[in-house]
Amino acid sequence: MKDKKVYLDNNATTPLHPEVKKAINGLFDIYGNASSLHFFGRQSKAAIEAARADISSFINAEPDEIIFVGSGSEANNTVLNMVSCCSALCGAKCSGRHEVIVSDIEHPCIIETSKCIEQKGMPVVRAGVDRFGKVDLGRLKDMITEKTMLVSIMTANNEIGTIQDIRSISDMAHRMGALLHTDAVQAVGKLPVDVNELGVDFLSFSAHKIYGPKGIGALYARSKAPFCPFIRGGHQEKGRRAGTENTIGIIGMAAAIACRKDEMAQEARRLARLKQRLKDFIQDNIDGVSFNGHPKDCLPGTLNVSFKGAEGEAVLLYLDMEGIAVSTGSACASGSLEPSYVLLALGMSAEDAHGAIRFSLGRDTTDADIDYVTEKLLLVINKVRNMSSSYFKKQDNSI
Amino acid sequence: MTKPVEWVYTDIVKDHFANPRNILSDEASYTEDGKGLVGNVKCGDQMMMVIKVDKRGVITDCRWKTFGCASAIASTSILSEKVKGMKVEDAYNISPEDIAAQLGGLPEHKIHCSVLGDKALRAAIDDYYKRSGMINNIKTGRARVICRCMDVTDEQIKNAVLKGALTYQLLKERTKAGTVCGKCKDRVIGLLEEYAGKNSKPKEVI
Repeated sequence: MKDKKVYLDNNATTPLHPEVKKAINGLFDIYGNASSLHFFGRQSKAAIEAARADISSFINAEPDEIIFVGSGSEANNTVLNMVSCCSALCGAKCSGRHEVIVSDIEHPCIIETSKCIEQKGMPVVRAGVDRFGKVDLGRLKDMITEKTMLVSIMTANNEIGTIQDIRSISDMAHRMGALLHTDAVQAVGKLPVDVNELGVDFLSFSAHKIYGPKGIGALYARSKAPFCPFIRGGHQEKGRRAGTENTIGIIGMAAAIACRKDEMAQEARRLARLKQRLKDFIQDNIDGVSFNGHPKDCLPGTLNVSFKGAEGEAVLLYLDMEGIAVSTGSACASGSLEPSYVLLALGMSAEDAHGAIRFSLGRDTTDADIDYVTEKLLLVINKVRNMSSSYFKKQDNSI
Repeated sequence: MTKPVEWVYTDIVKDHFANPRNILSDEASYTEDGKGLVGNVKCGDQMMMVIKVDKRGVITDCRWKTFGCASAIASTSILSEKVKGMKVEDAYNISPEDIAAQLGGLPEHKIHCSVLGDKALRAAIDDYYKRSGMINNIKTGRARVICRCMDVTDEQIKNAVLKGALTYQLLKERTKAGTVCGKCKDRVIGLLEEYAGKNSKPKEVI
C-alpha cells in the first residue's frame, strides 16, 4: 500500500482536532471587530472573552493574565524584548537590573532574540545543560545575581523532549528578585501546567502544537509583573498587544484546549507506551544507536535517536519515500552548515548530531503506525549504512 | 486535496538518491587502482571513492561510499556513472557545477554537499598517479591547503571565486572552506580579495 502515510512530526505541528474543526466551522459569520460597540463587535468580544476564560483556567491563571498573540515565537519575543525596553512609555521598570539568563537549548526565537538584545547592550548569560539536556541547577543558582532581570528557561525541549524543573528555577530567580519566563510551547496541553504551582511570571504557549489552528498563541503575564508591549498602537488585549483579534484562531485555540482537558492524561499514557514500543524495537534490532534526551523527564511522545553512520537527512528522505514523516538534527536538512545546536549542547559529536532522527508521536498515532515504521526504519537504516563510509557492521561473533 | 510541493530536488536527483549507482558494497574483495577519502565524519560528511583504470588511462570502474546527505548521494551516484569510460585527466577536471547541471540543478544551499564527490574522485586519481609512478601528474599536492578541516586548497578557492563566489558566505557554501573550525577565515577572505581583484569585479561586491 504505497499511499500509507504516518505522521511522526507532531512537535513541528499537529493536525486539527475534529472538535476544533467543528468549532471553527461555525464561526465564519462572526466577523465583527471585537473593539466595536455595536452588536457585531459585541458578539466577537463575547466569544473571545469566553475563550480567554477557558484557556486561562486550563493553566490556573486569571483571564486578565492571558494575552493573545500570533504565535509562540511572538510570545517569546515579547518577553525578551521587554528587558531591553526601559522607555518611560511602558510599564516595565529597569530597577537597575539588566542581565538576562537563557539556556543553551532554547528555541531559536529565544536564542536569536537574546543575541539581538545583547547587541543592544544587555548582558546575556548562557546556562549550559548536562548530557540529558537538563539545566545544571547548581550552576544556574550562581549565575542569578542582584543584576539579573529575567531568567528564561523552556519547560520542555522541542528536539529532545527534556523537561526542566521550572518550579526550582523560578524559586531561585525569585529569591534573587529576578523575573522568570518559561517557553512552554511544547508543554502546555501535553503535561499538566499550572502557573501558580510553577511560580512563573511569564509563560508562552501555542495552539498548533496541540491540535489547534496555526497563527494563534498566548502569553501568560502575571498580573503584578511589569509589562511592555511588543506590538504597539492599539488598545486590544488591554493595551498589551495591538492588532485586531484573531477571533477564529482564539476560539479554535479554546476548542483545542477543551479537548486537551479531556484527553491529555490518557493520551500521555498511550503515547508513552507507543514510544516505548518504538524505542524497544530500535534497541533490540538496530545496533549502534543512542537515545538523546532525558530517560525519564521527557515529553511522552518525543523520541530522539542517533543512528551511527547514517546521515539524518538521507534517513529522513528515504522515510519520506515510504510515507513516514520525521525530523532530523542534521545540518543538511535545515539548509545551515551546522548540525543541531541543541544536540551539540548535550556534548554530542557532530557525527551523532548529523545522524539524529526525532520521532514525535501524536493523538493520531496508532500501534499499526508503529508496526509500519519499525518495518521501514530497519530497511532504511540498513540501506543508508550499506553505503556509509563511516559505519562498519559488527562481526557476528562480537559481543 | 492540495498536492504537496514536489521535492526540493529534481526527478533526476530523486532517482539517483532512491537508487544510488555504484555503491562499493564489498570493500574487502575490491582491488582498486586508486582510492580517495575526503571530508571528515566528525564534521558531518565524508566521501570515499575507488577507481579502476586500464592501461590506456581510462577509468573502467568507479565505486563509492559516503556519510552524506541526499545531495551528496545523488551527485556522487551520477558522477560515478559519468566517469566510467573517461580518461583520468579529463575526469580530473569535472567540477561540482558540471555535476549539478547533470542533475538538473541543485538548490543553492545544497551545492556545497555535492563538492565531496569530485574531491574524492580527484583524490582517487592522485592516488592512482602515485601508485603508477606518475607523481608529476598530481596537482593537489602542489596546491596549498588553506582549510585543514575540509581539505580545501587555494586552487579550489580560486576556481570558486572565478566562477562567481564573491562573498565569504558563498565560498563557504561552494567549497566548504571555513565551515568547521573557522580558523582559515582570514586567509580565505584574503584569497577571495586577491582572486576577485583578478576577476576584475568591482570591490564592493564583497
